Amino acid sequence: MEMTSNGPAVVTLPTDTEILITREFDAPRFLVYRAWTTPELIKRWWAGDRGVVTSAEVDLRPGGSWRYVMTANGGFEVAFHGVYREVVPGERLVSTEVFEGMPDAQAVSTTTFTEQDGRTTLSVLVLHQNKENRDAHINSGMEAGMQESMNHLEEVARSLS
Amino acid sequence: MPIWTYDFTMARAATTTDAFNAVAEPRRRQILDAVAAGELSVSDLVALLGLPQPLVSKHLRVLREVGLVTARDDGRLRLYRLNGFALKPIYDWVKDFEDLWSERFARMDIVLAELKQATPEITEDGDDSDGDDE
Repeated sequence: MEMTSNGPAVVTLPTDTEILITREFDAPRFLVYRAWTTPELIKRWWAGDRGVVTSAEVDLRPGGSWRYVMTANGGFEVAFHGVYREVVPGERLVSTEVFEGMPDAQAVSTTTFTEQDGRTTLSVLVLHQNKENRDAHINSGMEAGMQESMNHLEEVARSLS
Repeated sequence: MPIWTYDFTMARAATTTDAFNAVAEPRRRQILDAVAAGELSVSDLVALLGLPQPLVSKHLRVLREVGLVTARDDGRLRLYRLNGFALKPIYDWVKDFEDLWSERFARMDIVLAELKQATPEITEDGDDSDGDDE
């Protein structure tokens, strides 16, 4: 445990169609904003432990688009894209968000950066069009995990045959 | 091709009677919130939520079927309370998504530690919007 005292993400479901993700960082907000919006830096965190980010494109202006692509550990590709609606540098971003495997399910996410005493609270509110899409979004993490388990299971099965 | 199906609703259950479906109904979530605070009777819930008794009873039946509430008889009263263990699948479901974000943020911590090293003296920098050199 060399790691951080900043704790886990907190995910809540304020309504049937929303997901709220919050986390505090030990850094001023202009740096959190930079880590959040700079392609080279996004590549270092967006996949978490679940794969490798192969592409991060960011055209950071209202009407500009973004697209993130990762290759998950299971070998499959996961891509999201969207269009920025509001860009208030260091403070607030509003953008659309579409998972490319489910192109009709467009969400709108509002990301805010609030600084106090040199620490920054990041808050991401994702608003979906309906509960089904919201649930599918929540399920995304589990799908990746399940895929890994399936691959593992397949290996075991093959070794037995 | 992505095998990333996002097919949560279908994969989960053909039945309408699991905890996920039970809590999808806002009235039932109200009932769960109410009985989480302590045992309540049907008439307590009717008074608390301002809903007709048959409706409350119907929702309670669904909640009991999926194990989210348990009932015990106390004299003439039947008292309902939350069975938190039945919420675990929902907690687990959200938790995995939460874990993904925790992983992302832990990696951001590392990035931020480096950025702080590289920019030690800056306190406020409002128009730091675009592509600094790396």
